[in-house]
Amino acid sequence: MKALKIITSRFVPINIENIDTDQIIPARFLKATTKEGFGKNLFRDWRYENDDEQQPRADFPLNQSQFSGEILVAGKNFGCGSSREHAAWSILDYGFRIVVSSFFADIFKNNALNNGILPVQVTDEFLQKIFGQDNETELTVDLNKQTITINSTGDSAGFAINSYKKTCMLNGYDDIDFLLSNIADIEKYETTTHS
Amino acid sequence: MNTRTHHTYSDSSVPPSGGGGGLTLFEKIWNKHIVKTIDDGPSVLYIDKHFIHEVTSPQAFTGLNKRGIKVFRPRQVVATADHNVPTIDQHLPIKEELGRLQVEALIKNCAEHGIELYGLGHKYQGIVHVIGPELGITQPGMTIVCGDSHTSTHGAFGSIAFGIGTSEVEMVFASQCLLQSKPKLMRIRVEGELKNGVLSKDIVLYILSKITASGATGYAVEFAGSAIHSLSMEARMTICNMSIEMGARCGLIAPDETTFSYIKGRKFAPEAEAWDKKMHEWTKLFSDADAVFDKEIFINAADIEPMITYGTNPGMGIGVSQKIPTTATINENDKSGLAKSLAYMDLQQGAPIIGQKIDYVFIGSCTNSRIEDLRTVASFVKGKKKAAGVEVWIVPGSKQVEAQAIEEGIDKIFEAAGFTLRQPGCSACLGMNEDKIPAGKYCISTSNRNFEGRQGAGARTLLASPLTAAAAAITGVVTDVRTLLN
Repeated sequence: MKALKIITSRFVPINIENIDTDQIIPARFLKATTKEGFGKNLFRDWRYENDDEQQPRADFPLNQSQFSGEILVAGKNFGCGSSREHAAWSILDYGFRIVVSSFFADIFKNNALNNGILPVQVTDEFLQKIFGQDNETELTVDLNKQTITINSTGDSAGFAINSYKKTCMLNGYDDIDFLLSNIADIEKYETTTHS
Repeated sequence: MNTRTHHTYSDSSVPPSGGGGGLTLFEKIWNKHIVKTIDDGPSVLYIDKHFIHEVTSPQAFTGLNKRGIKVFRPRQVVATADHNVPTIDQHLPIKEELGRLQVEALIKNCAEHGIELYGLGHKYQGIVHVIGPELGITQPGMTIVCGDSHTSTHGAFGSIAFGIGTSEVEMVFASQCLLQSKPKLMRIRVEGELKNGVLSKDIVLYILSKITASGATGYAVEFAGSAIHSLSMEARMTICNMSIEMGARCGLIAPDETTFSYIKGRKFAPEAEAWDKKMHEWTKLFSDADAVFDKEIFINAADIEPMITYGTNPGMGIGVSQKIPTTATINENDKSGLAKSLAYMDLQQGAPIIGQKIDYVFIGSCTNSRIEDLRTVASFVKGKKKAAGVEVWIVPGSKQVEAQAIEEGIDKIFEAAGFTLRQPGCSACLGMNEDKIPAGKYCISTSNRNFEGRQGAGARTLLASPLTAAAAAITGVVTDVRTLLN
């Protein structure tokens, strides 16, 4: 997993609420046995007319050249529905490292953190402030300070992350390394508490 | 919440501390499975059973192989092929190449790691959340995970069961544990008697319509009350299955006599002394009278009528006799999305849903594909014919359900009605295989999600109970099934 400390970038706004993981990556594109290459099908059915890559929908932000950057900003309850981690893989593969929303679905949040994508949860009010900015505005997300700042206005907000996950993200550690270092305790639990 | 004004539906937020020290059902199971807790961080939670399937496991096996390690406790893992398998001609090689590669990878990975696989052709193959309970693998008090959000289904037995991502599948492979933070606790009580024509699917669609598709995010939800405990195990599974649609981490129901008698005698159920020992534990699995929940919701069963969804998330549902909401009448959560949803569905604000033309009927999925669902449909359609122009797919949840249906002659009833009984799999619930609803067509479906494109690009899904779906199959339009019941 790639470490993440501080990112300053423009953002891509998708001002839609309840974006489910079927929209992020439709089920018909889950047929791979590796984690790579899902970015080209990110938001597939919102990006193209009639599933035709030759016909991008002009009204969708990923197809609008004025929007770019490593930060995706979306409406509340982002990532609800299916547990498919392919949603996180497609977001990462497309080039995003941070998703900002006013509410995240549980499983998506875990999947994001397990892949080095930082979910930044802000208030509805702050989210609307970001959506109100123009396309050249940069945001700065500082994981160490747990802040997100709209650089042009200086508006800033804090966000929560538990200290274990924060350490993992800052250093690029993953949970499996941690769990494997605890195998002796797990075996002890099996024989004593849970036999 | 604006729905509080409804006189028989209410919610209250209760302070999380200050109770009498009793424990909730969730806490009793959770506490027993904690290996250790990290300061200001998650706990190491021990997992009893791990179900896997072909779509969300290959990358986890690759991860293990890269680390050069084997599955830590292969005997606690059970595999099946369900998500992308065809539902006709299962004896033939899978035609679609990428799907076939995933199924082949599962066979190879299970063989290499010593995992039991109920693959295509096996008499126990089926949808992962159907086979676990029917084989008696799912038991009260367990922690159960699977790389599929509808793992919440197994909570109907009084277990903590939840869906995980593929990185987490790899974690459980590697250590039989997960890092988890304790969720908040909610109890939803449904009290009283259900009206005629109302099934457990209607209960859960009703709850969703009240609390919305994010109403339980961050919570473990215990379903309780006389209406819940009057239900069969299969009906309870339908409710816990869709707890994820409220955003819940998991849903669970305290085990009772109905639970114990369902499990007894099944393939992997404990026997003799082992059964007695388990019963000693299982009968203690309930929320203590003085246990405290972070939130409580009360629902009067008599208020629930057959439900149907009109929009593009499962919280967008109404009683079948009601009109589609308008931006003035809809809840805050769905207000901003209503116009987009209805444009996708090509439905109008304020219009009745009854009479809406239907092109496809899908009866299946981990929500409603069990033998009771098939019996309910068969008993309703016996002697009737499907409407002209409607395509009806019945997809049993497992080989065992299929065999039972054939033994009972249910297949003949479906055949006479013009329905097609297919072979087990997830099928048109998510359209990963060739069972897709064409763009623009309306499908009344007993599955769990009506998201845009869920059943195929451009497909329009109306979620309903097996009975309401069967009624539409006969009339060709959305129908209040109560008008057709004796």
